[in-house]
Amino acid sequence: MVDSAMLKVSGLQAWYGESHILHGVDIDVRQGEVVTLLGRNGAGKTTTIKSIMGMVAERKGSITFNGQETINWPSNKIARAGIAICPEERGIFSSLNVEENLLLPPTVQPGGLSVEEIFTLFPNLKERITSQGTKLSGGEQQMLAIGRILRTGARLLLLDEPTEGLAPVIIQQISRTISRLKEAGFTILLVEQNFRFAATVADRYYVMEGGKVIDEIDNAHLDQHVGKLNEYLGV
Amino acid sequence: MSAQPVSHSVSSPASGGSSLLPFVVLAACLIIGPSLIYPVFLMKALCFAMFACAFNILLGFTGLLSFGHAAFLGMASYSSAHAAKVWGLTPELAIAFGTLVAMALGTVIGMLTIRSRGIYFANITLAFAQMVFFFCLQAKFTGGEDGIQSVPRGSLFGLISLKSDMAMYVFVAVVFFITFLMIYRIIHSPFGQVLRAVRENEARAISLGYKVEQYKLAAFILSATLTGLAGSIKALVFQLASLTDVTWQMSGEVVLMTLLGGVGTIFGPAVGAFVIVSMENYLAELGSWVLVVQGAIFVLCVMTFRRGIVGTANYYWNKRQQG
Repeated sequence: MVDSAMLKVSGLQAWYGESHILHGVDIDVRQGEVVTLLGRNGAGKTTTIKSIMGMVAERKGSITFNGQETINWPSNKIARAGIAICPEERGIFSSLNVEENLLLPPTVQPGGLSVEEIFTLFPNLKERITSQGTKLSGGEQQMLAIGRILRTGARLLLLDEPTEGLAPVIIQQISRTISRLKEAGFTILLVEQNFRFAATVADRYYVMEGGKVIDEIDNAHLDQHVGKLNEYLGV
Repeated sequence: MSAQPVSHSVSSPASGGSSLLPFVVLAACLIIGPSLIYPVFLMKALCFAMFACAFNILLGFTGLLSFGHAAFLGMASYSSAHAAKVWGLTPELAIAFGTLVAMALGTVIGMLTIRSRGIYFANITLAFAQMVFFFCLQAKFTGGEDGIQSVPRGSLFGLISLKSDMAMYVFVAVVFFITFLMIYRIIHSPFGQVLRAVRENEARAISLGYKVEQYKLAAFILSATLTGLAGSIKALVFQLASLTDVTWQMSGEVVLMTLLGGVGTIFGPAVGAFVIVSMENYLAELGSWVLVVQGAIFVLCVMTFRRGIVGTANYYWNKRQQG
């Protein structure tokens, strides 16, 4: 099964300056899966997906995407290969409006969602189409941040804490969106601290601590491991 | 460029200000202007406005502070003056030649500097501009301290004489208006949107798949080319190319014009250029005290209205619109 992984990360190490953040992360994500990285603050979840996206300058180990080694690729080349990230800070361009933000990312391969399909997923965006990025609520910004990477044709989506700071009704909407994206064949690597949200969408979980993966749990066996997970996450 | 922006319509009321009114007002001002104000002064102001608008592509829309744009203005000025006076080229060819020289220089300097950022970028561009200054000081064809004087304005396409100030003004005004519309269009094109994205969050633009260095380089070359156009025309307007256009003070002046008018706004740099040129003109009796006044205005601008004249006006207008 591991050989058929769309994304395979082996022995990944990463540094911010002199700080050694990741100490050999091993994960794999198969096509069509939703995999969640769980862990407390500072466990290295965000650094892991930023490293996959080539956004951490100092990284070692191996990251293969569809069989191609990408560890030394620049971020823009990784994006062109079909990986897209929705960062925690959302990265909406404030001087551009909703439509311009949606249309800005280049099409990297065919198969992306049309603007109309994105508006079907997130009807709020259609209503705010001419609003500047700065004028959007947190939930709308999150929808826009997710929506714009769906247009590019990227098949592996890296979502960094998409529910952070959002109202329950918006979280439900994002949960439904992820389920629909999964049905549409997208592969998703999700970073979450909100386990209750992750449990509604994920197939598998990796638990991280101290820059390493310390456990892997399948959704089918989740019930047996809830106590352990609560311990890991300090709930 | 391998990273192509997506093709889509970009103009929108929110970002593009699709109203034609400001452009109609601008055209009307250009037409009425010479009947109210001395045409040579207007031409000077338009050349600097073009210079500042070109500079704004880099500072306002790409977020790169060049401190060496005088190199392009000055080299283009000398080149077009030399082409018109020594080679006897018609004005449009002399201007084209000066503009191409600025573009070539912009390509070389841009390729060598574009990977640096912030204060390093400003310093390196300043260093290159100083090298160009000393080249212009030493090279024979520039005439050293004397510059190239008595540059003939010639006849446009060999047909329309530009000797009279009014004919020259019409030519300058038309070129300015076309350049202004072109800059507006570029800023609101997919290419311009990528530039704005780079200005706001370069790391995010890269992770979306753009090779931002190529976009920054393209913006740098475009800015240098249009600066060259301004410099080339200026040499014909004043029939003079001198060291003034290539000094570091000129690089500083365009920063002041852009900041005063409103960095990152479409009309701001042109307004800033008019204010600064007017001050230099009407406060000329103060001699070197003009510099002190300019410095005071710069400090005032930075401390009290950082958005500049047009930026501040836009801000209060938008605030009022939102109630």
